[in-house]
Amino acid sequence: MIKRLAKSIREYKRQTILSPLFVTLEVVMEVLLPYLMATLIDNGVNKGDMGYIIKTGLILAGVAFAALLFGALSGKYAAEASAGFAKNLRHDMFYKIQEYSFANIDKFSTASLVTRLTTDITNIQNSFQMIIRVAVRAPFMMIFAMVMSFSVNAEISLVFVAFIPVIALGLGLVIRFAHPVFKRVFKTYDKLNNVVQENLHGVRVVKSFVREDHEIEKFQAISDKIYKDFTKAEKIVAFNMPLMQICIYSCILLISWFSAKQIVFGSMTTGQLISMMTYVMQILMSLMFISMIMVMVTLSRASGERITEVLEEELDLKNKEETVKEVKDGSICFDGVSFSYTKSMEKLCLKDISIDIKSGETIGIIGGTGSSKSSFVQLIPRLYDVTKGKILVGGKDVRDYDIEILRDSVAMVLQKNVLFSGTIKENLRWGNAEASDEEIERVCRLAQADDFIKNFPEKYDYYIEQGGTNVSGGQRQRLCIARALLKKPKILILDDSTSAVDTKTDKLIRKAFLEEIPDTTKIIIAQRISSVQDADRIIVMDKGMINAVGSHEELLKTNKIYQEVYYSQQKGSEDNG
Amino acid sequence: MADIRKNDSKQIGFKPPPRIQNPSAVIKRLLSYFSAYKVRFFIVVVCIVISAAAGALSSMFIQILIDSYITPLCAAENPDFSGLLKIILVMGGAFLIGALAGLAYNRIMVTISQGIQKKIRDELFAHMQTLPIKYFDTHSHGDIMSCYTNDIDTMRQMMSMSLPQMFSSVITIITVFAAMLWLNIYLTAFVVIFVFLMLNITKKIASGSAVNFIAQQKQLGEVNGYIEEMINGQKVVKVFCHEEAAKKDFDEKNEELCKSATAANTFANILMPIMNNLGNLQYVLIAIVGGALSISGITPITAGIIASFLQLSKNFTRPFSEISQQINAVIMALAGAERIFALMDEESEYDNGYVTLVNAKYDKDDKLVESKERTEMWAWKHPHGDGTITYTKLNGDIVMKEVDFGYNEDKIVLHDISLDAKAGQKVAFVGSTGAGKTTITNLINRFYDIADGKIRYDGININKIKKSDLRRSLGMVLQDVHLFTGTVMENIRYGKLDATDDECIAAAKLANAHDFITMLPQGYDTVISGDGGQLSQGQCQLISIARAAVADPPVMILDEATSSIDTRTETLVQKGMDGLMFGRTVFIIAHRLSTVQNSDVIMVLELGKIIERGTHDQLIAQKGKYYQLYTGAFELS
Repeated sequence: MIKRLAKSIREYKRQTILSPLFVTLEVVMEVLLPYLMATLIDNGVNKGDMGYIIKTGLILAGVAFAALLFGALSGKYAAEASAGFAKNLRHDMFYKIQEYSFANIDKFSTASLVTRLTTDITNIQNSFQMIIRVAVRAPFMMIFAMVMSFSVNAEISLVFVAFIPVIALGLGLVIRFAHPVFKRVFKTYDKLNNVVQENLHGVRVVKSFVREDHEIEKFQAISDKIYKDFTKAEKIVAFNMPLMQICIYSCILLISWFSAKQIVFGSMTTGQLISMMTYVMQILMSLMFISMIMVMVTLSRASGERITEVLEEELDLKNKEETVKEVKDGSICFDGVSFSYTKSMEKLCLKDISIDIKSGETIGIIGGTGSSKSSFVQLIPRLYDVTKGKILVGGKDVRDYDIEILRDSVAMVLQKNVLFSGTIKENLRWGNAEASDEEIERVCRLAQADDFIKNFPEKYDYYIEQGGTNVSGGQRQRLCIARALLKKPKILILDDSTSAVDTKTDKLIRKAFLEEIPDTTKIIIAQRISSVQDADRIIVMDKGMINAVGSHEELLKTNKIYQEVYYSQQKGSEDNG
Repeated sequence: MADIRKNDSKQIGFKPPPRIQNPSAVIKRLLSYFSAYKVRFFIVVVCIVISAAAGALSSMFIQILIDSYITPLCAAENPDFSGLLKIILVMGGAFLIGALAGLAYNRIMVTISQGIQKKIRDELFAHMQTLPIKYFDTHSHGDIMSCYTNDIDTMRQMMSMSLPQMFSSVITIITVFAAMLWLNIYLTAFVVIFVFLMLNITKKIASGSAVNFIAQQKQLGEVNGYIEEMINGQKVVKVFCHEEAAKKDFDEKNEELCKSATAANTFANILMPIMNNLGNLQYVLIAIVGGALSISGITPITAGIIASFLQLSKNFTRPFSEISQQINAVIMALAGAERIFALMDEESEYDNGYVTLVNAKYDKDDKLVESKERTEMWAWKHPHGDGTITYTKLNGDIVMKEVDFGYNEDKIVLHDISLDAKAGQKVAFVGSTGAGKTTITNLINRFYDIADGKIRYDGININKIKKSDLRRSLGMVLQDVHLFTGTVMENIRYGKLDATDDECIAAAKLANAHDFITMLPQGYDTVISGDGGQLSQGQCQLISIARAAVADPPVMILDEATSSIDTRTETLVQKGMDGLMFGRTVFIIAHRLSTVQNSDVIMVLELGKIIERGTHDQLIAQKGKYYQLYTGAFELS
């Protein structure tokens, strides 16, 4: 995981190395201070030598200033490195996701991808900054301070060496016992937030079923669990401070005792005593930091893993080495196609589909909720790969085409369609970035969108909000159709794309298709019989299989499902357009 | 330890200190929560004082050690260490007490802060449940959510960490200051001047940091917004081969964020080394100044005093930087507390209804009386001013008379709505989005209160009926389906908490949901996560219909309940529903006209007014708006 993440450091390698380097220099300066201080006190203050005091004092001030400079530089580089690393990581993930197939996206779900790209990256950025600075600083501080203290007085240094395992063990135990509880608390927190969120979204449901008390009970049970776990974990953590204090105090007292003896017998100076006291603090505090960093890193490990998952995801669809660069015509052929989202032959959503569609034909598809109509058409532009059998477009297997070429020739208007924030024109140009204004207006007329666009004060420059919330459902669908038309596709697929459009406009759109783009193969999925009844052929889908194929009149005579759908919509009226 | 992570993430999610409207009121109210822990809180305060005193003592000890023991002992011919041993043991005892006091207050504070946090959390949620729908309409879910997540958490951190630490810092400053004064006044003056300078520098850096953090926050929001929009539309991106363009836009925004994040974090990162090393500089200067003073003889200074001052000055500056770090956390926590209290102070749904719903039966005189056990019959229990109680059988007659309504008083959205729905009738509303269809149904269950006119339920003014009883008698299937995390069975049972499995399954069959539920991996025990998740919109609707069916209410409101279900399945569902709803009142709102065709009366709404009413055949014959809709000449949006 670390190896994979480290790949994203790239151009920030310099800063990533400089930051710990400077922090090391800062540490060196900091551990020099007590040593110089000892000589200042022993040779200057105690001997009353003002010249020596000033000389050493200036050196000391220089060292302190150097430490400040190095520390600040390290901080600066750490900021650059971590922000840059986060940028690269975000870039790598975003690029990778752009390569994802529909199957890859389904596997992660969009909500989870968004969290990984936002929260998880922020966590990693924080940890990274922590690691290249503090995680370097603390162990170095400990080692250098240890070296210095041994060089000052090895015997007395043994005192706090004895305490290091005590602290390490104590902190280790605290982490060991508290960490799993904290982990559990965070999970419970997610549950709590979930309950609140569901109550906010479903407030009308809660109120209309008068389930307020039920929800409060549910909430309080979780709240209570958090209280108990959190209290338990924090009570363990509460041992941290006193443990450190006892160790520091004990060291001070023991050092005092031994130093006093040594000083009295002349083998040590007061200045050295003072420096030893400082080293004790430096060493023990770094131990404390190390334990904190360990916790932080384990907590962000989950984020790291989630990011790595995205980066290492095996791409589902790949171009072949030799690809076909041109789609000859709009003919489609399904040859014994079976398909499953999970790639297992047991849970098939399409079973053994075979059908030939001629170039320029108009095909309607009808079927109930869950009859796999959408799965069927999504295979044509190779949004998913078939599990068994093959699909030919323009006489060639879809897997032989360059994916981009194929998708440019097969325009699809998705059921769950999205407009992006930006002007109408910008949105439409997704279909063809170079389209002229006349071209845009032409396709909008085809999709019967020109009229309402012209009614907006800004016309084609009307700004669409995120998610397309400021146009009505029917308007959104027509814009999506226009966007697809702009690609000048050989095959046009409409997946329930006119459901919010009134029947009259729906009819006008189909009429325009017939007259303006007669050579384009049109596949129309619809709930409304009226949307498909004038198609050349209608496919009736049921439970992942083709139940029947035929014209409106044929099916009305022979097919039971088609009849039922028809009569459920035609009750008591024949004049429905 | 969790706090470490949170503290740090706050660095990235830093916000400028928000303004608090009325800090003293917030603090007072927060303190009121402490009243349940009076004794414990007192112990905490005592323990903090002891712990801080032990800390100050430890830095003074070196002076005592050098001046009172080492120097005289050095001078002595025959050094006697028993006095030193004694003082070390005494100190050891004092330190032990200090450490134990530290342990005690830390652990007690955990119980107090967690207990208060739980209490506030529970009160907040319980109060939220009583708020009127209007509150949820006018406040963003994100804002309310953050009360539970950020605000409570910053408050807990303030109580368990910032407050004790600040208190202990203040005590430390006082004791250390006293100790310094006692040792030497000149050096003390020097330390004070230096600390003052240091605080000024910190302030400068901190304000530079705040500006950059705001910029970073804005950029981060922009990048995350872009990510969200693109990833949510990822399938469209793929279909249009728009990946390259998306990458380009993303890179630009990402680069901007990187710049501002670097600037913001640089400020934050250099603050600590600067503070630290200024402390070191001070350390050096004290040695020089102390040495100079000692040699010049202006004031009697021993090596012990200098040594002590070196420690004391560190202990004096540290609490200042600690306080300056905590102060931001405290302000943020108080602002959070203020938001929480504001939510708690929101007025609850107003309910002065006194007519309740009770189980009823006919006694031998054929008179309706209340029944203790469950009967299949319900009645409205209506106590009158003169002490008598009348019972009215629950039928489901709903009458609206000249009802006006507006979400704001100055903007009326429903005008003069009158209707009379008899028990067993099916009433449909048809009209464009915003015509007021859903609003009418929201008035019947009193999600909102009408401005003018009257609504009667079985002849009783609905304002007199207790809201919970009113709503219990109305079954709702709403436009936006909301299922809860849990099994399918639990979700259906939501309609009637004591329903048996068989009842739930029967309801699912009625809603035509049984078939697909049994196809799910674990059947009725399949856990639905979030808002439906793996189920299609149509399947969620079927479950929500089953949920309403199991409640078996006398009046049913179906608001676009079958909009995502194909027409063939819808016909089957309707057949099932018609069986269930026989003899009950049904209100139907639908976009699809085929859904409402067989209603007893169809109301066509436009701009908050009923413009046509009648049966399907009558309206077709009228050749009005309904006819135009039906023939497809108009689009419903």
